[in-house]
Amino acid sequence: MRPFEYGNPSTVKQAISLLGSDWEQAAVLAGGTDLISLMKDYIDTPKRVVNIKSISALRGASEVNGGLRLGATTTFEDLFENPAPLRDFPSLRAAIDGIYSAQMRSMGTVGGDLLQRPRCWYYRNGFGLLALDSKGQSLVPHGDNRYHAIFGNAGPAYFVSPSSLAPPLVALGATLRIQGPKGERELPVAELFRIPRHTGEREHTIQPKEILTEILLPASARRLRNATYEVRERHFMDWPLATASVALRMEGRRVRQARVVLGQVAPIPWRAEGAERELAGKTLDEAVATRAGEAATVGAHPLSKNGYKVQLVRVAVKRALLAAIA
Amino acid sequence: MAEIKWPSAANRGLIGKSISRIDGPWKSSGRAKYTYDQGPAGMLYAKLVTSPYAHAKVTAIDTSRAERLPGVRAIHIFTAVGKEVNWEGHEVVGVAADTEELAEDAARLIRVEYDPQPYLVADTDAQHAGPGRFREMSPRKTGDPEQALQQADVTSEGTYGQPVITHCCHEAHGSVAEWKGDELYVWISTQNVSGLSNEYASALNIPATNVHVDCQVMGGGFGSKFAADSWGVAAAAMARKAGRPVKLMLDREVELLSAGCRPSLHAKIRVGAKRDGTLIAWDSESWGTAGMSGGGVPQLPYIIQVPNSGHRHTSIFTNIGPARAWRAPNHPQMCFLTMAALDDLAAKLNMDSLDFFLKNVGLTGERAGVYKQQMLMAADMIGWKQKWHSRGDKTPGHIKRGLGLSFHTWAGGGHMGYCRTTIHPDGSVEVATGSQDLGTGTRTVIGIVAAETLGLPLDAVRVEIGNNKYPPDGASGGSTTVGGVSSSTRTSATTALNELFAKAAPSLGTTADKLEAVGGQIRVIGDPSKSIPWKKACAKLGTTPIVAMGQRNFSLISSGVGGVQMAEVAVDIDTGIVRMEKMVAVQDCGLIIDMKTAMSQVYGACIMGTCYALYEEKIMDQQTGTCLNPNMEFYKLSGLDDIGDITVHMMTEDSYQDRGVIGLGEPPVISPGAAISNAVANAIGVRVPELPITPDRVLAALGKGGLV
Repeated sequence: MRPFEYGNPSTVKQAISLLGSDWEQAAVLAGGTDLISLMKDYIDTPKRVVNIKSISALRGASEVNGGLRLGATTTFEDLFENPAPLRDFPSLRAAIDGIYSAQMRSMGTVGGDLLQRPRCWYYRNGFGLLALDSKGQSLVPHGDNRYHAIFGNAGPAYFVSPSSLAPPLVALGATLRIQGPKGERELPVAELFRIPRHTGEREHTIQPKEILTEILLPASARRLRNATYEVRERHFMDWPLATASVALRMEGRRVRQARVVLGQVAPIPWRAEGAERELAGKTLDEAVATRAGEAATVGAHPLSKNGYKVQLVRVAVKRALLAAIA
Repeated sequence: MAEIKWPSAANRGLIGKSISRIDGPWKSSGRAKYTYDQGPAGMLYAKLVTSPYAHAKVTAIDTSRAERLPGVRAIHIFTAVGKEVNWEGHEVVGVAADTEELAEDAARLIRVEYDPQPYLVADTDAQHAGPGRFREMSPRKTGDPEQALQQADVTSEGTYGQPVITHCCHEAHGSVAEWKGDELYVWISTQNVSGLSNEYASALNIPATNVHVDCQVMGGGFGSKFAADSWGVAAAAMARKAGRPVKLMLDREVELLSAGCRPSLHAKIRVGAKRDGTLIAWDSESWGTAGMSGGGVPQLPYIIQVPNSGHRHTSIFTNIGPARAWRAPNHPQMCFLTMAALDDLAAKLNMDSLDFFLKNVGLTGERAGVYKQQMLMAADMIGWKQKWHSRGDKTPGHIKRGLGLSFHTWAGGGHMGYCRTTIHPDGSVEVATGSQDLGTGTRTVIGIVAAETLGLPLDAVRVEIGNNKYPPDGASGGSTTVGGVSSSTRTSATTALNELFAKAAPSLGTTADKLEAVGGQIRVIGDPSKSIPWKKACAKLGTTPIVAMGQRNFSLISSGVGGVQMAEVAVDIDTGIVRMEKMVAVQDCGLIIDMKTAMSQVYGACIMGTCYALYEEKIMDQQTGTCLNPNMEFYKLSGLDDIGDITVHMMTEDSYQDRGVIGLGEPPVISPGAAISNAVANAIGVRVPELPITPDRVLAALGKGGLV
């Protein structure tokens, strides 16, 4: 690990003042479950590490105006111990339940879950986020891409977004509060993510001098039927092979509006708009869920070794929909 | 006079009972210190610089920047300029420093230049491996397989395979080395406590008498820890250079890259049978890699001697990493290929797999009766006849269940070794042997045999192992440890006891040959009223203890065992995810010393087998020559929740136990891959031809046939 300065601010303002104008200058440390391993492997080599766990205002889950506020450094364990604020959000609970390791639950934070870096094994083995060879060509299309993207993979990014919480949060219409030197901004969770187009561009839109402070869900989100289904090869600590999260505005048994968001299949949480259109106005049953699963795969471009994920998307969407109305 | 033979079933007080390991509380409370836990005063930490290339020539090494770093104490060159590295992770330079972090930093300051050479890390295609990259082994043939295939009523053809996997021991390889003058003391995670002295001695140019090896507990070896290894020698060399102890443990990444591979094995197999299921023809063309070495030549078919059979094998030389013995070398691979091909033939014959294998069990030779008995027992335990269905579970729903079976053999036996029993005048007893407990229960087994022999409770015997100051014992490989140590212990304890009898006999008014040791008493055979307590008998020794040596004794051991395993799986045909729901394992291993640790061996083997059946693969990237999953994130193993119900039955009839002690480390890990693969085929109606049986492969197989 490269030697670094350590900042331990007690306010967000102090924290921001310690951040730098690019990622090499400083990194924000929350649970550290990802950052520390990136630093140990010299994938990330920040000159300064700014711990935000001492900022007490950033931690905690509560109901605000009927909605939900999650402080960015709220841990998964916090939510296990005090699940009441999540009571209308089985889709979030399912995503959190999927985080198997006790260490991860104790240390991992909800903000860190959104901002963790991809698990692409070329990236983690030192070939860079875009896994480019000496000629600037990605290693992924001709390499072992069994865990890579089937959507949004026109290149050069082929990794998948690893966030557990992003699919349900995007489906439920959550927003984020981000603070920077010029004040605070609020944006939909979906807009936190982007597909990088060149080396140096990150998969998150947050800027080096900004800090994610809060995740917010409006009171209206509590009226959505919602569920998440993760396809897991092992029960044990493992990344899902594909995830689907759904949030449905219902009128009786009829779906008025649907949001279907896929995880682990694209460089960003992937809106399955085909599935959403398929569901609108329909009375949801197994046949409709099956058709929605099929519609969710429209636009998939599997690579050489990940065609199976197309089928996993079909199944995950169908099972998430059936769980939402169960 | 006590004879050197095992007590009869009626006279066994401890042997064969289910006894908890004597070091269990020591381990579970954290008091047992593993190699990783050793920390002699002033200890330095060593890190390795390893090759990022699969194959390269080292053209320059510059350690000057590292050497200038304060706190760096020693450098060791593993691969000199001009020499080649043959896999990613190959050790090139080592550096020892005051702290682990400093050693890491120093390693990054060492500049190594390489001239990259052509490499091959794919083992899937012998034909395209390229010149010098493969070797065809001499073919084997019995009868006329081609003609037999033509005469067969039913034939089946398939290509099956399994990739290179690693040992992935809980405890990584490594050691802590400390010098006291010219004497070298090493704590090392090893399967070979007594056998390392010469390796150190010749590498370090000291007499073997000066090498002191210690390994009290270890976190597994599975065949990968027989040597001190280059990194063991390096720790000692750097410790000598620095004048301070050095710890050099591999990290998980280097462990997975460099500390051992199990060879892959793939084969195209054709088999044929008569309409009634009688197997008449086998022909196979196999290929696989054991890294840059040729590796063992697999014998196909496994166990079953098909009257007309042909086999050809090609070894592919790859830069995938060095092969090391992996628990039952070659057997799990050969077993999977054979049992899968034959199970596919049974399906084409429309036969119940159990009936098919029973029909052909005679082809297994001398152990046919054992396998038959075990198959029927296992079938009963898993409910085969109630649950069996032909290929493809036709019940509604997306979860499909299936049954599969496999069987295996292994030699085992007893390695050469010595044991020393000391009976002290105060009645205390020590047995000592330079053996090792890999986590299997060896320490407990030695204690049980000694206590049984001396008629004492288990806790009255002190067991000393894991150090080469004790009488030497063989390496733990080939399922030979329990045979070696139980026979040497029995022999030495019996000899010591007879000496004690001689001392005690006069006071009982008899001679030594009329005495026995039972329940803490020395007593006259046939007249229990004439006895003296153990302690009183020992008091007659005066001030000199009895010391008696014993060695491996063939009259107490045997070799050659059989086992049958059956698996029940549940497959989600929409996602391709396989769950091992249940396994039953019926195993023979001769005389069982400790039922509990013996059964633990089988449980562990079923779990390890489930790992390689469903998850394990060293995933290589031909574009870069690198391994993509040298970590526990993507080198997947089962977690607790992924392990189904496992039921173990050990054969304990006299006909098995009367053979003497054999050994159990290897046999039960051979069948799980085959049994689980056959169960998956039974569940979904189509063979998933490769291990591990991952969701992509299940879905691909279903895309070609089967249920959907």
